[in-house]
Amino acid sequence: MPPKSDLPQGTLDLLILKVVALGPVHGYAIAQRLQQVSRDVVQVPQGSLYPALHRLEYRGLLAADWKATETGREAKFYRLTRKGRAQLESEAASWQRLTEAVGLILNLSTGGAE
Amino acid sequence: MSWWRRLRSSQLDDQLDRELRFHLNHHAADLMARGHSAEEARRLARIALGGAAQVQEACRDARGTRWLEDLWQDVRYALRTLRQRPGFTTVALVTLALGIGATTVMFTVINGVLLRPLPYPQADRLLQVQEQTRGTVSFLWGDRWAFAYPNYLDCRRDVQALSMAAWRWDLATVSQPGQAEYSTGVETSPNLFSVLGVAPASGRFFTPADDQPSAPPVMVLGYHFWQHHFGANPAVLGTSVVFEGKPYTVAGIAPPGFRLNGDEVDLFIPLGQNPSPSLQRRDRHPAIQVFARLRPGVTPLAAQADLDVVARRLAAQYPDSNRGRGFIAEPLGPDVGDVRATLWLLLGAVSLVLLIACVNVASLLLARAASRDRELAMRVALGAGRGRLARQCLTEAAVLAVSGGLLGILLAAAGLRQFVALWPGSLPRAEEVSLDARVLLFAFGASLGSGLLFGLAPALRAPARHVEQALRAGGRSLVGSSRRLHSSFVVAEIALSVVLLVAAGMLGRTMLRLSALDPGLNIHNVLTARMALSPATLASPAKIRVAWQEVLDAARRVPGVESIATVDTVPMREGNNPIGYGTSPDLPPDDRQPHALASSVSPDYLKVMGIRLLHGRFFDAHDRLGSEPVVVIDDVLAARACGGADCVGKRLWIAASSSPFSVDTRSPEPVRIVGVVAHVRYWGLAGDDQAKVRAQFYYPIAQVVDPLMRRWSELMSIAVRTNIHPLTVVAPLQRAVHGDANDQVLYEIHSMDQLAAASLARQRFLLSLFGVFAALALVLACVGIYGVLAYLTSQRVPEIGVRMALGASSGAVLWMVLRQSLGMIVFGAAAGAAAALAAARILERLVEGMQPATPSTFAFTIAVLLMAALVAAFVPARRASRIDPLKALRQE
Repeated sequence: MPPKSDLPQGTLDLLILKVVALGPVHGYAIAQRLQQVSRDVVQVPQGSLYPALHRLEYRGLLAADWKATETGREAKFYRLTRKGRAQLESEAASWQRLTEAVGLILNLSTGGAE
Repeated sequence: MSWWRRLRSSQLDDQLDRELRFHLNHHAADLMARGHSAEEARRLARIALGGAAQVQEACRDARGTRWLEDLWQDVRYALRTLRQRPGFTTVALVTLALGIGATTVMFTVINGVLLRPLPYPQADRLLQVQEQTRGTVSFLWGDRWAFAYPNYLDCRRDVQALSMAAWRWDLATVSQPGQAEYSTGVETSPNLFSVLGVAPASGRFFTPADDQPSAPPVMVLGYHFWQHHFGANPAVLGTSVVFEGKPYTVAGIAPPGFRLNGDEVDLFIPLGQNPSPSLQRRDRHPAIQVFARLRPGVTPLAAQADLDVVARRLAAQYPDSNRGRGFIAEPLGPDVGDVRATLWLLLGAVSLVLLIACVNVASLLLARAASRDRELAMRVALGAGRGRLARQCLTEAAVLAVSGGLLGILLAAAGLRQFVALWPGSLPRAEEVSLDARVLLFAFGASLGSGLLFGLAPALRAPARHVEQALRAGGRSLVGSSRRLHSSFVVAEIALSVVLLVAAGMLGRTMLRLSALDPGLNIHNVLTARMALSPATLASPAKIRVAWQEVLDAARRVPGVESIATVDTVPMREGNNPIGYGTSPDLPPDDRQPHALASSVSPDYLKVMGIRLLHGRFFDAHDRLGSEPVVVIDDVLAARACGGADCVGKRLWIAASSSPFSVDTRSPEPVRIVGVVAHVRYWGLAGDDQAKVRAQFYYPIAQVVDPLMRRWSELMSIAVRTNIHPLTVVAPLQRAVHGDANDQVLYEIHSMDQLAAASLARQRFLLSLFGVFAALALVLACVGIYGVLAYLTSQRVPEIGVRMALGASSGAVLWMVLRQSLGMIVFGAAAGAAAALAAARILERLVEGMQPATPSTFAFTIAVLLMAALVAAFVPARRASRIDPLKALRQE
């Protein structure tokens, strides 16, 4: 198994917003989803997941309701607010720009050496 | 999410708990599905999530209301711990309540007397306008002058920026109706009330028509005078009141509490009806004060510019009287004299007491914090942040400070009136002194400030640096920094106490010296009172002279009266008459003329006052109108005028403008010196040495010329030497001199003993308060020293046990503890002595007759402090010396 990467600073919030954007979801499912989708590359420290969720809720980017799960138990489901969706779009765009720029620079350096 | 829901933190915590439990269960179920045993699955799930407590903490932190929840929690915790230690809490609260209470009282007085605006609407738009001379500055009066009436009239007409009102005091007798009463009258322009923005309580104020010399005389009564002289009878409107022998019709009543320059006024009459010729002259300044209100939208600068224009025009038009003369407008503020300095001095002293109280509470708190080291270390180990602990310490201090502050405010509210009543003489604007929003803000600020002050040391200490050590030490070892901090508290307390003790010592020495001074007269068994003759006599100078002779004759027959004299200015009382003089006919110009205090007296004055005659003679019946003007001078004037040689028979020249021996002379008036008497401390026991004008001379009232007789008579007092207690002759004296029409009254009645005591009242008042403050400081400092040493010693019990087990004698242990305290005391006393030197400078500048601090003052006060401090230190030291080594070692 390849070594798991630490998440760059500030990306956890973006990832959470993206996962929640797909539909109301509870905390454990968010953790699972992040791990599966990233093919186990991204290991979300569960200890920092919940503080992040609460912070996003406090800032009004997420809203939460208590609902029954498919197994019939009560869980806290998070969903995106309108403010959260706007935040997700702007952060995703800027992430995109950043990664593209980083990619360009990396390609340039290998090409230039030959 | 509403604030209310956020505040319900227990519910939120509950939900968080459920959320995390759901996560753990779900994770465990997944792990079991992958083949882990139930127990193993739960363990792995918990590890993956991390410490539940930390996650919960982090989640709470993520919520924005964290600080509020913490604050509430801290406050509850603080209240609980304070309740658990009632002894500590009581001492701290009482100390703080006293400190903050005393400071609040002082500030309340300062607020009422100095800071509050005058009690008129929009008082910040009010100005006082005075005449100002450029170039020539009078030695006595500076460059400010009261208005000449024609100048006022011109300004009022031509200065568009201001509405101006003029008024002057007119003190005289109200003889009808009722008992004759000497009253405070004011002659005023009709618009004074509208300029100040007050409306009559009933009836009307004056109109411009009332201000005409030919208009029927009308009067407005002061509210208080109306109440006590007329029994608040509303039917008084339209009736006649006789003032200065002239009947006036009452037109209105002024509103309650209305004051001019801080004084209540008994009655008002129109200034324009005053027939005195001096009101028609531009070169006379009959004490007319001018108040003005800025018209809407006008700045003070614009008003001043308008005044300057008028002043220049008048200077060109009337060069004789108005050249170099301008008008200056300044904000109208309260006139409180030397009370300002006294108040700030006392606030300074009381702040020192509060500071000591704070240091005391700080050392108590610190001792407690140190003994809670273990608890704090435990909480750090359990995940409490250090900032969090520091904040909790501060919250505890704030809770203590605010409770102490509340108690202090209650104390201040209860003690305020008593304090104002204690004030020597009368406190100006005393009626304005009350608790208001600004005072409460101050008290609250002072409480929180003290809380911060005494909470900071324990709070900064709170992050126990070596958690493991603290836990292991079991809270019994003492970190060096804590001991240093404690010592510095003791040092600070002692230093502050030394400042107050030295100040009290200086004041005490000053009082001793001033009380022992020779006043220059025999102050015992002398009664003085101002007296107003019957208004009927005032028209004729001859009648006035006869009336005074009759008063003297009648009074001499009163049982208990030995001798009696008339005098215009009484020593140590308000009122004086400085006159320029020279030793040759060419007097130096006004601003460089020497001045002497002049008193017009009848021949028995020397006998009544018990003033020593040094050379020559005093006055007798031969000194009368028409004979050569004579004066008797005091030894101070003798030394200045004749340089120690015999003065008797020599001549002095008196400035023409103030000569009582003639009117309208242009050249200085020569007078013959017939005697030299001892100097009298005219300005009071405390103030005489620094007074601007000390030289004195006396002249016979019999030689005052006729045109001045009425004015002199209005200012006259009688002085009576008695062979019984002087105040017991007041009633019979009053009956003896009341005159045929029963309208002659005595007022401002004092014995010379009272006047002499009053001249020291400020010093005595300061001494008693500084004495109380110093005693309080001493007690607080001793409590502080005792507390700190008791604490430090109790921390050293095991060490002392070891020492004693190894053979140290109890005497050696006693000495060891005492030596430790001695170091702090000596260091504190040295620091305090340096600060006291600075404080002594301030006292010397602000208090009349203050004696400089001498080494003996320092030695004495520091010895007192040393004794007290050593007694306080001795108790814990003795306890330490009696430690049973076995028990002490078992404690370890």
